[in-house]
Amino acid sequence: MMKTSLITAAILTVSFAGHAMAEGTLDAVKARGVVQCGVTTGLAGFSNPDEKGNWNGLDVDLCRAVAAAALGDASKVKYIPLTAKERFTALQSGEIDVLSRNTTWTQTRDTQLGLNFAGVNYYDGQGFMVAKSLGVKSATELDGAAFCIQAGTTTELNLADYFRQNGMTYSPVVFDTSDQTAKGFDAGRCDVLTSDQSQLYAIRIKLEKPDAAMVLPEVISKEPLGPVVRQGDDQWFNVVKWTHNAMLNAEELGITSENADEMLKSSNPNVRRLLGLEGPKGTGLGLNDDWAYQIVKQVGNYGEAFENNVGANSPLKVSRGINALWTNGGLQYAPPMR
Amino acid sequence: MSTLDRSNQKNSATQPSSGRFWNDPDKRALFFQVLLVLGLAAFFLYIINNTLSNLEQRGITTGFAFLDVEAGFGILQSLIPYTETDSYGRTFLVGLLNTVLVSLMGIVAATFLGFFLGVGRLSKNWLIAKICTVYIEIFRNIPLLLQIFFWYFAVLRTLPSPRQSIEFLGSFINVRGIYMPEPIGTDGFNYVWIAFFLGIVATWLLKRWADKRQDDTGQDFPTLYAGLGLIIGLPFVVFLIMGMPLEIEQPALKGFNFVGGMVLIPELMALWLALTIYTAAFIAEIVRGGILSVPNGQLEAASALGLPRARTLRFIILPQALRVIIPPLTSQYLNLTKNSSLATAIGYPDLVSVFAGTTLNQTGQAIEVIFMTMAVYLTLSILTSIFMNWYNSRKALIER
Repeated sequence: MMKTSLITAAILTVSFAGHAMAEGTLDAVKARGVVQCGVTTGLAGFSNPDEKGNWNGLDVDLCRAVAAAALGDASKVKYIPLTAKERFTALQSGEIDVLSRNTTWTQTRDTQLGLNFAGVNYYDGQGFMVAKSLGVKSATELDGAAFCIQAGTTTELNLADYFRQNGMTYSPVVFDTSDQTAKGFDAGRCDVLTSDQSQLYAIRIKLEKPDAAMVLPEVISKEPLGPVVRQGDDQWFNVVKWTHNAMLNAEELGITSENADEMLKSSNPNVRRLLGLEGPKGTGLGLNDDWAYQIVKQVGNYGEAFENNVGANSPLKVSRGINALWTNGGLQYAPPMR
Repeated sequence: MSTLDRSNQKNSATQPSSGRFWNDPDKRALFFQVLLVLGLAAFFLYIINNTLSNLEQRGITTGFAFLDVEAGFGILQSLIPYTETDSYGRTFLVGLLNTVLVSLMGIVAATFLGFFLGVGRLSKNWLIAKICTVYIEIFRNIPLLLQIFFWYFAVLRTLPSPRQSIEFLGSFINVRGIYMPEPIGTDGFNYVWIAFFLGIVATWLLKRWADKRQDDTGQDFPTLYAGLGLIIGLPFVVFLIMGMPLEIEQPALKGFNFVGGMVLIPELMALWLALTIYTAAFIAEIVRGGILSVPNGQLEAASALGLPRARTLRFIILPQALRVIIPPLTSQYLNLTKNSSLATAIGYPDLVSVFAGTTLNQTGQAIEVIFMTMAVYLTLSILTSIFMNWYNSRKALIER
């Protein structure tokens, strides 16, 4: 099967690769002229191909922003769709440069897989979706229920923890992709579909009868989702980390894709530093001085990416909630650019 | 013969020049073989060493210590007791047993179905022969994965929700599976098992005695009925003597689903069905080929001797056909076992889904996990192979 051969190929790469990886990812990306970005196999709002095959979503915008910063062109991205099971192996073996695939930051993943998390671009939590006809109002009534889950996610572990903690039983039906999980739920194989809340909304609009399903109020875990890079390449780690920070800072400073050119005339030193007119510019990162300007101009700031993909301007209509900037009572907070 | 020839030649040819080891074909052959082995060893050493240093350089944890770590995730079906607090090593066992279960079920069912289809395709009845032909041509020509999806969703879509379960002979059938009453042996039930195994041993001894007597005197003995009596009757008598030490646990609807009893999950049903139907089509062709390989003269000779049809099949056709059938049949068994790994597509918790899926992903130790998984399939296949080769050597024509 495809996924097995992919993992095998990745193992072979790890086995045979010499020390070619010693060369920095940034240099490799510049030489190649394209950023290889690992995304989902299709999850509305985060990374999803449209009818024409163009990828879009919050995670995709991060890929595009990295390409804008590193190469000056947001369209120079090659998207590699990965299942939850394949993602880390693909990154470890060098098949992708950055993994931007709603991946939860955990201690094991950060310390034992040879990977680094470069930030959090969506604060999420695990929730439950049930058929309205079931008449369930709270997760505490789910004793003995069957759950559709996606394989290889933190969801599998959280679910087990939650039921153990509450002394309840459950039967897990584990599928490979988000699509198959939704199909299993549609076919009535399980009472509950569990996943990160953001995904529940994305899956719900793809169901046969979206109105017949509802999301329960409980959130049972912390799921900080963010981009991941290989450990041991600090330069590339910095590029991805500051790409995300630049998008947040741009929102905080009110710089958008529309007013970026006007903002070049601004006298605010914070704005001038972000746009590369003064301050640290791009030297420390190994990028052009206008790297952050290119991000904002071509992709937009974090707020724009959020609203266009998962927020008010999208079918998902997710509210900013804890993903609002710290200035608005949310958790999104970026270190200053100076 | 050839080595003799060569050593004679060598003696006559090399004696005068003596020395120059590369002129000696035996030594030369040995030299190249040693070179090849050394080369292979160096290659694997390099690969292993390179892998380990690469993993270390990238800060990826290696080793098998993860097998003792608590797994922390649930598994839908387990033949051995398993909870979330068990180790990753235990998830390996759970997955392995689930793979073995569906493989064995598939092998048994596919053999029976394939056998009937193969014989049916040779039937003189036009309708039966055509039905078998159509079956074989359809099911061996559709990719297995599609068949698995078809059966899975066909099964799921037709079955009702737990609250509208179909009741059938004390069992409940719904979209979550088939819930059956579970017989649970109480005190003294072990004696029934002992009687059962004694019955098997006794039947085997009886068969040996009956065969010998038939060889010596030509007298027949009804081994089949005597054997059935021993294997079924004896445990039953013991069961009655012990005062029927058996309780039956009935499944009951409680909350979301049935609790108690045994359950056959739809994933297992769909996978079993698909593997059986697919592999049976291949086995049918092998059986047909085996039967056709028996010369017609054998049949005519048997009827000339006045043997009835059933006995002709059992004593004349089958022993000869089996010699042709067994080797390719072994390949089908191996295929079925390996194909069972497609289970991961529909969420049946087999080895690939549980261990090479969830465990691999939670621990991130791809090399160790894939290595162990490959070793399992290799071992299962070799075991099947060894058994079938042993069976084949017993059925093979013994030339005198």
